[in-house]
Amino acid sequence: MSSSDTPSSNQDLTPLIGSQTDIAPLGRGGLKPSHEQTADEDADPIEWARIANDPDFRALMRRKFRLVIPATAFFLVYYFLLPLGVGWFPGLMERKVWGAMNLAYLYALSQFLMAWILAGIYVVVASRWDRQQRDLLNKFGVGNR
Amino acid sequence: MSFLAAASTGSHASLWIFLAFVAATLVITWFSARRSRGASAYFAAGRRITGWQNGLAVAGDYMSAASFLGIAGMIAMNGYDGFMYSVGFLVAYLTVLFIIAEPLRNAGKYTMADVLAYRLKPRPVRAAAALSTLTVSLFYMIAQMVGAGVLVRQLIPGVTYEVAVIGVGILMVVYVVFGGMLATTWVQIIKAILLIAGSILLSILVLKRFDFDLGKFFSSLTAITSTTADGQSVTRNFLTPGLIFKNPWDQISLGMALLLGTAGLPHILIRFYTVPDAKTARASVVWAMLIIGAFYIMTTFFGFGAASLLGPDHIQQHGGTNMAAPELARYLGGEIFFAFICAVAFATILAVVAGLTISASTSFAHDFFVNVLHHGREQKPGAEVHIARITALVVGAASIVIAILLGPGVNVAFLVGLAFAVAASANLPVIIFSLYWKRFTTAGAVVGLLVGLASSIVLILISPDFMKTPLFPLKNPALVSVPLGFLGAWLGTILSKEQASLEKFTELQVRANTGLGAEKASLH
Repeated sequence: MSSSDTPSSNQDLTPLIGSQTDIAPLGRGGLKPSHEQTADEDADPIEWARIANDPDFRALMRRKFRLVIPATAFFLVYYFLLPLGVGWFPGLMERKVWGAMNLAYLYALSQFLMAWILAGIYVVVASRWDRQQRDLLNKFGVGNR
Repeated sequence: MSFLAAASTGSHASLWIFLAFVAATLVITWFSARRSRGASAYFAAGRRITGWQNGLAVAGDYMSAASFLGIAGMIAMNGYDGFMYSVGFLVAYLTVLFIIAEPLRNAGKYTMADVLAYRLKPRPVRAAAALSTLTVSLFYMIAQMVGAGVLVRQLIPGVTYEVAVIGVGILMVVYVVFGGMLATTWVQIIKAILLIAGSILLSILVLKRFDFDLGKFFSSLTAITSTTADGQSVTRNFLTPGLIFKNPWDQISLGMALLLGTAGLPHILIRFYTVPDAKTARASVVWAMLIIGAFYIMTTFFGFGAASLLGPDHIQQHGGTNMAAPELARYLGGEIFFAFICAVAFATILAVVAGLTISASTSFAHDFFVNVLHHGREQKPGAEVHIARITALVVGAASIVIAILLGPGVNVAFLVGLAFAVAASANLPVIIFSLYWKRFTTAGAVVGLLVGLASSIVLILISPDFMKTPLFPLKNPALVSVPLGFLGAWLGTILSKEQASLEKFTELQVRANTGLGAEKASLH
């Protein structure tokens, strides 16, 4: 018998109730409702837990945290030193550095450079993560999903 | 009609420039409407926006009239303290870059709540997230609409507050209802280009007056003379901090709202769904940071330039604080340049309100209507987009009515402050916990969202902006409400248990960090 004559084994063979003919079509197409699925059918085709426990994935996560956590702490401290300095050490911040330009203005301006430099470092490092991510997904045969 | 009468006199160049902008955006809307088919096209522009395009659009979505006219005015009237505002608006994007943009793009579909609903119980979490999204978007939108009404009254003679509010409202609804995210994106891109061009021109013209000598420019700021309210003449060094802000805690609280709130603003977050993948989302944050940073550095030149060349007294007599940048343009480049800067200011408002409208309507349709009311299934194909269009119409109408009822006198600064505070206190804690804390639960998310939302609103209602003898001393509540939001999310979590959330954490973690299974760009 060719395979097109018989419904494949993973289809639901229960006759449809209330069909218009006496001879109910054998089985219904499509997915089973979730409560009728066996454990195998219910399984996610992607093995999330295996990827998550893979040493390469753990190493990738560690590398990300090793950059992001100190960088975040740094920019928060660097930023809040501005209102703290201006608020509580006005004498220091009003000191002239270059011509009429004082430390307060220069420090505020340096925040822009700080933000751009941190963003630049992040982009360079993150492009390395992209490659590691691709290798990891290819290792599990899901690189094209 | 006064609108047409003003246009026909011919002397109102700003109206003509503005009408050209409107015509261009309507053409874009028409093309977008023809191209846009299906939910991903409508809500996320088919996820085919490129990195630099999205960077410009994020910048256009973010730099509001409050930044352009408000900060320029603050620097022009009181010097250095206004520039401190500029700094926070850029540094905030490091939070977006490091913590939010990539995981959001990898794990979500259309809204901020997608990331929360991934491993938590979708219905309660989405309902709470939709509530906070709509609150943030509406507060921010009403602030922009009132601002638009007040501005246009000064910028284009013959147009009243009500006409301006209705005009802005109708335009933003047209963009969003017909053109969806694609039209909104291009309106924001054009606006960003116009704003940057206007700022560069203005800065160059200012520096030309000082022979392009920065030393000369800064030394001109050391003695600015202005008249105080009681008629006395004072000379101040405008580079000195502390001329407006006397309480450092106010600055720290505001900084906290900016740094943590930007990464929780729904209309900014949904922009990262319009790009093909997380790598492009990252690139677009960097583009946005370059554009936004360049703009805020230029506030130095046109803010301080207005102080030095015009003087605070002149600005006070010619329309007040918000008119510093346009008046400077008139002084340096004549009527046509004044008209151009006015038109840029109006385009700025339009692009921001369009972004807010689409974020509010996406959240209502996707989070509340489809996922909360109908358990994640569309009643019929296209229902989600259909509901979003109706919501955009309702949101537009509601904000027109509210802006007209509140009238031009309402304090808009507190509305913007509130929007950032709610985003920082309600949205950011739960996004961070759901992405990085395995133990996090639905109860934690709902409690965190509601505590952050409620504490921001209550603290603002008892702040100096609202009460003569305030019960809470700070103008912006973030310093207290952000820790409260985190505390609420933490308490709700440790007092509950959720096995499903624990189990799905690995899946979310893999998705968020590898892009496996992320939403793809449409093919055409």
